[in-house]
Amino acid sequence: MTITAEPEGGTLEAAERATTSKFTRLRDFGIVLTVAMIVVTLSVTTQTFMTTGNLVNLLDQAVVVGLLTCAATIVIISGAFDLSISAVLAVSAIISVMVTTHAGVPAGIVAAVLTGGVLGTLNGLVVIGVKVHSFIATLALSIIYRGLAVVLTAGAIVYPPEAQAQAFQALSQPTVLGGITAASLLFLLVAAVCWGVLSRTTFGRRIYALGGNEEAARLSGIRVGQVRVAVFAISGVCAALAGLVLAARGGAGQADMATGMELTAIAAAVVGGTSVLGGEGAIWRGLIGVLLITLIGNGFNLLGWDTLYQQVVQGLLILAAVGCDRLLRRRRS
Amino acid sequence: MTSKRHGGARGGPAPHPVRIDLERYSKAYGGVPVLRDVSMTLHGGRVHGLLGENGAGKSTLLKAVCGAVTPDVGRVLVDSRPISVGSPGDALRHGFALISQELALVPAMTVLDNVYLGRWGNRLGWLTARHDSRDFDRLLRRTGFELDPTALVRDLPLAVQQQVEILRALASGASVIGMDEPTALLTTTETDRLLDIVRQLAADGVAVVLVSHFLDELLSVCDDITVLRDGRHVITGPASEQTPDSLVEHMAGRPIDLLYPEPVPLPSTAPVLLTARDLRRGTEVQGVSMEVRAGEIVGIAGLVGSGRSETLRTLFGADPRDSGHVEVDGHTVPAGSPWQAIRAGMAMVPESRKEQGLVLGSAVRENMALASLDARQLSGFVRRHAEASAAGAMLRELDVRGADLTGPVWTLSGGNQQKVLFGKWLLEQPKVLLVDEPTRGVDVAAKRQIHQLLIDLAAQGMAVLMVSSEIEEVLGLSHRVLVMRHGRLVAEIARGEATREQVLSLAFADSPPVQDTSPEPPQPAPPHWRKTHDHHR
Repeated sequence: MTITAEPEGGTLEAAERATTSKFTRLRDFGIVLTVAMIVVTLSVTTQTFMTTGNLVNLLDQAVVVGLLTCAATIVIISGAFDLSISAVLAVSAIISVMVTTHAGVPAGIVAAVLTGGVLGTLNGLVVIGVKVHSFIATLALSIIYRGLAVVLTAGAIVYPPEAQAQAFQALSQPTVLGGITAASLLFLLVAAVCWGVLSRTTFGRRIYALGGNEEAARLSGIRVGQVRVAVFAISGVCAALAGLVLAARGGAGQADMATGMELTAIAAAVVGGTSVLGGEGAIWRGLIGVLLITLIGNGFNLLGWDTLYQQVVQGLLILAAVGCDRLLRRRRS
Repeated sequence: MTSKRHGGARGGPAPHPVRIDLERYSKAYGGVPVLRDVSMTLHGGRVHGLLGENGAGKSTLLKAVCGAVTPDVGRVLVDSRPISVGSPGDALRHGFALISQELALVPAMTVLDNVYLGRWGNRLGWLTARHDSRDFDRLLRRTGFELDPTALVRDLPLAVQQQVEILRALASGASVIGMDEPTALLTTTETDRLLDIVRQLAADGVAVVLVSHFLDELLSVCDDITVLRDGRHVITGPASEQTPDSLVEHMAGRPIDLLYPEPVPLPSTAPVLLTARDLRRGTEVQGVSMEVRAGEIVGIAGLVGSGRSETLRTLFGADPRDSGHVEVDGHTVPAGSPWQAIRAGMAMVPESRKEQGLVLGSAVRENMALASLDARQLSGFVRRHAEASAAGAMLRELDVRGADLTGPVWTLSGGNQQKVLFGKWLLEQPKVLLVDEPTRGVDVAAKRQIHQLLIDLAAQGMAVLMVSSEIEEVLGLSHRVLVMRHGRLVAEIARGEATREQVLSLAFADSPPVQDTSPEPPQPAPPHWRKTHDHHR
């Protein structure tokens, strides 16, 4: 930074600023500390955690939720919710299988991404057109998309033809880069792009402004409708990519894929410290949240704990993380 | 739990005037001192005003004398006995009540339930409403308020909700009532009524402590005034010994000219930059036509609801227009979208900086950059160094001191926030600047700077169209004054020819013209001159 703070001695402003920055730092630290503690605990208590194999595996497990969390983070920062991402995931995955069957794998991938983009755009248009809260609008739309998935598959599991199966599943295969899967690389790439867009571009600035104060953004000349639709479109594309990964892993698509995973993604975004009120947050926060959630599952496996309790522990940890965040956060009044 | 209340004087006058002493009171937040070694005394039966610029610590001092904060150093004495206050319950027991700007009422409950909130008359937990009703009637007789105990608080106007809070304070037996800017959101008639109530409370033996930005108001209602500067006590003394000028000097630590700076005379060749023809929108704007020339400041005066703010919003495209034609520098401005108005060279500083102007949680520099993002980008990426230097230079130019470019904008004082809002538009270099309430909620020094800024901008060739509830501001700064009434421009008066009385009588529909016979008693203040906020938070 070229400009540094030069507090006027003893004003209330300076006092507030000092407290704010202190709390901000503490808050960032809090969630990172929680995750770091889990990592240290697992490293010490198990022989297997800190092995290349496990870390590669951990990253791979994080991919689908991770892609959805990128979507959720951007949408939440823009001041909205997208509950349709898991349904968009399913429809995109099914479309990819069907197009692959007729026109090959590359066409299938393109078709899935297009589907995600189109459904996401539709979400955005409905939200700005119908002017109901995005929570409700995307909830309704997600039901429609799930129904569409059922119609497309006639309730069955769809597979690509034998000949295409191997190419179709390429995303789930390890690459030469230390055995990291292609899906993991895709996830890291998407996260990096989303990160760059949010923090470095004028479009990212517009997203934060829209979420922070829509009216102020509009009166500053930001075309809020366009930004809103674009954000939902991005969310749809991220969901479609997650669908491709999931379909590649299973070698198939079906209507109830990833049901409920939109809530896991929203939880991951919020656990990391992205404000549900909009206008505040970051991709890295979402990634921390994804890491936390994935670590819980991984830890259960490695420690040989009964996975019966996994969801209870997961819920409690999310609650604890959000509770701490709330304590450390001093909202403006 | 029984419904025992402190003071034993439920509904009746306080038994003896209370005396509150602050002794060498210091308080810091996050290591930064807000109050430094403040000593002062309050007396029951008197109205005490607290005054200071934004950030001087007056709100904290108000909380200190109302037991709402605990001192780091120093102590509070009630009738010469030191007290310690650890919770709102303790404060109530010692007879303290604080009425902050954001009222602490339950909107969905009745007046009666709010007045006895949390202390409802009961027997073993079963409500005994009759007890409260009788006490409520006594309170009404004592205060002369006319309130329906069964009305829901959310249905009441703000001024009446304030009365409910006052009743609640009295019902709890409060002997000290503090009010934080109680008149900031009231109309002028409501303000006068409140000031009467304040006097009456004092006559009743209560120690009333007021924080207000309005000097005239404090001078008219207070017995004593305390001025703070940078958390330090500057002066406490009888209000009768002070004038607006002396108070401002105490607040700022130096004399500040309360007079308006003189606008630069307009050359007769100045081209027209803003043209509006027969602008219409609903019932609020009914055929407004005007021209504003380069270098000219045009002020619009009118009552709340006269369509003055709506005219600005419609010109800017913030609200869609039904019909009419708008041109900036000869180019037609399409209707209903701010981004097109901005591209044509317009800018608007909106009425409410918190709701319409700033993204409060975002950094100062991001707020400043918001309207001109495209001016500092390289294939979609923000040129961050260019942005930081542009925003930094603008902050220095606007004399925003002590602001951290990367800190959230809500931590700034009202005056600095307003300057950031101006800065946002100046980075965009508009030809036409629309300004709604340029100095609302801004301290005296910043106000003076903003006035000078408007005059400088006009001098540089900008066309400025300004709306203000402060009639003196309109008269003082404008080359030309337009008066609005019922959505129409009803008069145009040149600088120097407009008087306050003339503008007022024009702004009121059907009101008789003011007599020229002087001297006459002070003009009764018109209703709804000051604006109430739509979104009161």
